[in-house]
Amino acid sequence: MSHAVHEPPSSFIWKYIFSVDHKVIGIQYLLLALVAVFIGMLLSILIRFNLVWPGTELSILGSLFPVGAPGGVMTAEFYLAMLTMHGTIMVFMVLTTAPQGGFGNYFLPIQIGARDMAFPNLNMLSFWITFLSFVTLISAFFVTGGPPISGWTAYAPLSALGEIAGPGLGLGQDLWILSLALFSVASLLGALNFITTTLDLRAPGMTLMRMPLTVWSWFVTAILGLLAFGVLLAAGVLLLLDRLAGTSFFIPGGLVLNDQLVIDHKGGSPLLWQHLFWFFGHPEVYIAILPGMGVTSQVLSVFSRKPIFGYKAMVYAMFGIGIMGFMVWGHHMFMSGLSPYSAIAFSLLTTAIAVPSAIKTFNWLGTIWGGRVRFDSPMLFAIGFVSLFVSGGLGGLFLNQPATDIFLHDTYFVVAHFHLIMGVAAIFGIFAGTYFWFPKMFGRMMNEGLGKVHFWITFVGVNAIFMPMHFLGMVGNPRRYAELTAYSFLGEVQSLHLFITIAAFITIAAQFIFLANFIHSLFKGKKAAENPWDATTLEWVIPSPPPHDNFGPVDPVVYHGAYEYSVPGEEADFLLQTDKDKETVEH
Amino acid sequence: MAAIAPPRPTDHGAPAGGDSGNRTGLPVDRGYGGGGGSSPRADLPEQRYYTGMMAALAGITMLFTGFTSAYVVRKGLSTDWVPLQLPSMVWINSLMLLASSVTIEQAKRHFSVIPLLKRWWSLTALLGFGFLVGQWMVWQQLIGAGVFISSNPSSSFFYVLTVAHAVHLAGGVIALGYLTFRLWTGRLTPVAAGVMALYWHFMGGLWLFILLLLVLWG
Amino acid sequence: MILAATIWFITIVTTVVFAGRFWWFPESVSAHGDALDRQFVITLAVTGVIFILAQVALGYLILKYRDRPGAKAQYNHGNNRIEAIWTIATTVLFYIMVLPGQWTWADIHINQQQGNPLVIEVMGQQFVWNIRYPGPDGQFGPTRPELISDSRGNQMGVDFDDPAGRDDLVLPTMAIPVNRPIELRLQSKDVIHSFFVRELRIKLDTVPGLTIPLRFTATKTGSFEIACAELCGLGHHRMRSFIEVLSEQDYQAWLRDMTED
Repeated sequence: MSHAVHEPPSSFIWKYIFSVDHKVIGIQYLLLALVAVFIGMLLSILIRFNLVWPGTELSILGSLFPVGAPGGVMTAEFYLAMLTMHGTIMVFMVLTTAPQGGFGNYFLPIQIGARDMAFPNLNMLSFWITFLSFVTLISAFFVTGGPPISGWTAYAPLSALGEIAGPGLGLGQDLWILSLALFSVASLLGALNFITTTLDLRAPGMTLMRMPLTVWSWFVTAILGLLAFGVLLAAGVLLLLDRLAGTSFFIPGGLVLNDQLVIDHKGGSPLLWQHLFWFFGHPEVYIAILPGMGVTSQVLSVFSRKPIFGYKAMVYAMFGIGIMGFMVWGHHMFMSGLSPYSAIAFSLLTTAIAVPSAIKTFNWLGTIWGGRVRFDSPMLFAIGFVSLFVSGGLGGLFLNQPATDIFLHDTYFVVAHFHLIMGVAAIFGIFAGTYFWFPKMFGRMMNEGLGKVHFWITFVGVNAIFMPMHFLGMVGNPRRYAELTAYSFLGEVQSLHLFITIAAFITIAAQFIFLANFIHSLFKGKKAAENPWDATTLEWVIPSPPPHDNFGPVDPVVYHGAYEYSVPGEEADFLLQTDKDKETVEH
Repeated sequence: MAAIAPPRPTDHGAPAGGDSGNRTGLPVDRGYGGGGGSSPRADLPEQRYYTGMMAALAGITMLFTGFTSAYVVRKGLSTDWVPLQLPSMVWINSLMLLASSVTIEQAKRHFSVIPLLKRWWSLTALLGFGFLVGQWMVWQQLIGAGVFISSNPSSSFFYVLTVAHAVHLAGGVIALGYLTFRLWTGRLTPVAAGVMALYWHFMGGLWLFILLLLVLWG
Repeated sequence: MILAATIWFITIVTTVVFAGRFWWFPESVSAHGDALDRQFVITLAVTGVIFILAQVALGYLILKYRDRPGAKAQYNHGNNRIEAIWTIATTVLFYIMVLPGQWTWADIHINQQQGNPLVIEVMGQQFVWNIRYPGPDGQFGPTRPELISDSRGNQMGVDFDDPAGRDDLVLPTMAIPVNRPIELRLQSKDVIHSFFVRELRIKLDTVPGLTIPLRFTATKTGSFEIACAELCGLGHHRMRSFIEVLSEQDYQAWLRDMTED
């Protein structure tokens, strides 16, 4: 018979380092993402700087990177390496860790009334494998040849041929692949933990349809991760074999590089890599955004003092997005030499995903409608999420049509789209979650004034950075160009690039306000009550921060759905899910 | 006593007062008594091991789905595919693995009769280990015949699929070994045995699939 | 409130810059360009309207329903009828919007199999474009990777000893006659590149191991830049070449010039 509950650990190493407590693990993921995002932002500073002021001597750069930036001048190699690492770090180490591994780990068990994840030891293992993956990735900066230059998408054969195809494509690329393989394993273990916990560990009364939308979002995200990361792992293994074992999964014959015939590979298919990568890659981007949608739903409801508009539709929409997310990968390959018939099929399937996305947007608006809106920082970021999701999502409607994609593919139009959706909306989801849950996690309030300043600069800033990128795309500015000097048509967009770069610098600077607020509040923030936002879900019935076993000696019992705000006939404008004596209309 | 079966999932539609999550008939420590409006603290349900294992198997399935689709595409596109001659040892190994699925089922069936349980269980571990040794011999045979991973796309996939399967099976053998130790110290639970069997059968089924792929689509 | 105003301000600025075409596509010189550009404008119009409506609604809602003393929030879990309506409406709208584009795409890549196009081979490599013409005999000579040698001037590995290959022309730039269907046969020597000419509204990857056809017809003369649109290594940003669209006469003259060299 299993004693599933562990006694609280006492020594530092078991309490904070190798903890099996989901709350500690959640914070570990968040800290990892925090470090990663600042590295990623630093890389984007370098990227934007080089585009506008190429050839500038920066002595710091010269001393840190004597090979990549000799004399302090960024080389094309350096630029492409920074670009590759920026994408990889942001997508994996920030957007796939913080929302799911961070907030999901911390709050999924609590929001369903459990004392921990189904498999606490596995949870710890997942984090430390992720940490190892992160270290492996970063180590690519320090090896001979540096990080790979093949982009976060690592298309073969560029990524498969080794250093002969370019610098960084030797050991750097191997480390990149290894890092993602480790990350895949960690994600698979985490996903199975989330799924099992959600299905089996719900407290009495917590039916599926009483679960908060945050829980649904982590659940659907976990299913996506479970089914997608195996394919990435397979692709990575095959790529590594092509590179190190002389196989030819992705490398065709008859290649000539540097005027030398490549004789030890033949018969492979570069498109096969793309199929495998994007079969994973498309669900991956929904993994990045779904938790943010969950948080946004949550925060909008709390701060409008209103139930979610169309809870069931929201749940179905998340499943719709998730399931269809597996059927559309070909829209990344319209210009790759795919059959034009396949292109039409993928395009029609992709158009379908716009529908549940629209439903969610309508329902967010419906949640605000008729409410009593309070504008605390979490709510500002949730509202920002909705605005940015609209902006970014609509851009997708140009790219999902192969006809319009002919011009826009691999231009900055694509960069605009995915940044608005991932690099901003999803990030706003993380910010909303941070401001919302900080009091619960750390027992202190973040500074509201600083939160507002952070929001304003960031919201205006990200629009200033990424909206203009659509125009760059429409002029035909291709992606991943280390310099913009070779083409006459790029002359007309220099001013746009300057505007974007300056906006980027200001916006990134504002993130330090967030960092300062975060750190300062950890130690000096005003003490937080149990339920500072008057919210209904289970995390708000326990102390801030929660005790080791979350709910103490007895399991909570749930009597209502998660969004009972402004119930008529009630004194308070919210009903805790555990409030026993009230009757509510089940929806 | 009865054979073991996986606990059925419980939907917690009503406040639980008693036995939620316990379907094995084994005694459970209920912990604290309950007060009005709250529930006695329940242990983590054993269902979680089955759910977790099913999820794990889904993830592993996708790994091999990736390999399989690569296989099909690469074979379809290529003009240089030379079908691989499967060493006869492969068939012996396959029989061993299939037999081990039978033995682990027997173990489950005789769970309450300790001597029988021990016999069938150790037989399973032996057969599993034998499979791994046999696979190693197959790879050695191929290498000896000059068939390496890079020789031909057919051999590349043979090694990829069989090594990936063997890695997962090795994990299963280690788990079997650990559970054997638990069995010998009297601490093997029906759930552990049931979940282990699930994994083991999956590995057998997966091997069957790989064999069919190599033989019919080779 | 300031947030609503900010959202609206961003919406207005964005709309104005899009509608005002401050930065826009270059003029199309392609037979299929008009249809493509039209599809873009249709999409822009539809998404633009949605964009404006959604952002305006967001701003309006947070303004109208901001918390004030005495305000009460509605206890409303949703409305199934409205859900159904806007689900169906969205589906219909989006599919109607994308359908013409699918037709245009089919026209370019599936239906244009008629006629006698002028066939030209394009082989991308790190970091230049190689263009091959069949020469006066109208036949492409055989190529072999073993024959490729940049240093000996045989970038594409043409067997110049073969009778068909003797008169093949391999150049770093391209010229085509106006108003004649062209078929490019896209290939790559090393890694994936992508052949992109803005004004002709063409873009397609060059994939090693594959030969991918790309058909178009130029409708105006002029000189247009060729750019690489798939990350291919260090020199990706400078894989620049030109395509000259010439009158039929000038094209023939150009061909003669090139052959005589």
